[in-house]
Amino acid sequence: MRPSIRIISRRDFLCAAGGIAAGFALDPAAAAESATATAMQEAIRAVVGSAQVRKGRVTLELPPLVDNGNAVSLSVRVDSPMTQADHVKAIHVFTEKNPQPNVVAFHLGPRAGRASVATRIRLADTQSVIAICELSDGTFWSDSVSVVVTLAACLEEI
Amino acid sequence: MRVVGTVALLCTLAVPVRAVEIPPAERRSGYEFMSRETRAMQDDDAANPAMLWVLEGEALWARTAGAGERACRDCHGDARSSMKGVAARYPAFDATRGRPVNLEQRVNACRTERQKAPALAYQSRELLALTAYLGRQSRGLPIDIATDARMKPFLDAGRAAFNRRQGQLDLSCAQCHDDHWDKRLAGNAITQAHPNGYPLYRLEWQGLGSLQRRMRNCMAGIRALAPEYGSAEFVDLELFLAWRARGMKMETPAVRP
Amino acid sequence: MAGALINVPASARRGEIIEIKTLVSHPMETGYRRTQYGTVVPRDIIRQFVCTYNGEQIFRAEFHPAIAANPFIAFTTVATESGTIAFLWTGDNGYAVAESVKISVA
Repeated sequence: MRPSIRIISRRDFLCAAGGIAAGFALDPAAAAESATATAMQEAIRAVVGSAQVRKGRVTLELPPLVDNGNAVSLSVRVDSPMTQADHVKAIHVFTEKNPQPNVVAFHLGPRAGRASVATRIRLADTQSVIAICELSDGTFWSDSVSVVVTLAACLEEI
Repeated sequence: MRVVGTVALLCTLAVPVRAVEIPPAERRSGYEFMSRETRAMQDDDAANPAMLWVLEGEALWARTAGAGERACRDCHGDARSSMKGVAARYPAFDATRGRPVNLEQRVNACRTERQKAPALAYQSRELLALTAYLGRQSRGLPIDIATDARMKPFLDAGRAAFNRRQGQLDLSCAQCHDDHWDKRLAGNAITQAHPNGYPLYRLEWQGLGSLQRRMRNCMAGIRALAPEYGSAEFVDLELFLAWRARGMKMETPAVRP
Repeated sequence: MAGALINVPASARRGEIIEIKTLVSHPMETGYRRTQYGTVVPRDIIRQFVCTYNGEQIFRAEFHPAIAANPFIAFTTVATESGTIAFLWTGDNGYAVAESVKISVA
């Protein structure tokens, strides 16, 4: 039998070590609820159907190392003329290890002038984030970024 | 690995060290310890979530409250001019109480004595909004607290509290924030603990919080019993932090990780 | 808290691409947190954001719990004509916040 190794977060450790009552404690069951790479693939499939997703045209920007996973700046740009004939219809963002793979979906069109959006997201763990755009010609393009999260999000320690 | 790192650092912190005050030239705002992205969040009012509270504070400033049927604006006029630099002078000496009061207490004194309205609770949305709005009027101005003879005993008490080892980890504020501000505690920069951005939006809180909320978090971290919100001990400590950061520019409403 | 904070230029040249930045006050409670007593804090999120320009939808976003508290959204639009740019956030528990700004296009 392989020994089970549990990666313990700093806060887990401090809570355990100090024996303090955390306002919101990390629930072990919640960890089990996190999405997996498979769940992410399924979520992507639900959006793109049987279409092929190609690398390119999309630039996803996230900091490689974040101060806090509760609010991580994210921006997506797509190389598109944004005309009636050729534009971005939607941009979808997915994560690998959050409790749910879906993060946000932006719907835009030629009136945007530019395919450029930004928001702030939660990242529960060090993981990959993927942005997929749907073009008016029915093709899908993607970019992905790996982000190191030094603190788990969604915990309050008071 | 992280656990090992934390234990090792806590052990380093726990050995007796002398607390040396940071020379003025080496003082650094918490801003300087942040990532480019978090700085950008603070720098752009259109992206800084704390501005939601400032906007609310602006509305509260003009809103009639209490039996006195007066709004802050009725006495103080346009806060953009009348309150310029005011927050940078707090905690300030209050003759009635015979001791320094912080900005929250000053707002509540106005509410209960002038507006005849109930005091606002610490960490309440309204008090955070008003203090954020007031603090915003001092943004970019240097912290400039009074240090006359009346203030001295309270400043000394604050300094003593800052240097007093406390809690199960037996650590003083100074051991982290004077002696180890250039190091990290697990993934976090320790920082110099300057109060120049409060109330501020902390990503950890996912909301706005006061300096005293932040100090309570610190005290939970070292397993110490935190004083009550608004207690004299906390105000003295706030005063000492302001003195320690004298001349540093206000960033309210700041953003911190 | 103020409901929302909108940043749109007050005036623009016709055909100019303008940036719109929005912040809205909302905890975006994920539904995955538990209190110290083990009770799940129920999900309470904004689910949709819609922007219209003189009545016509120009941008829409669907939010999931991974959108950070007090959601920030920035996007662009072509300044076509003077009028009203309106914003509507809707979500769980009947949440709805509407804001609008005027833009003058010459």
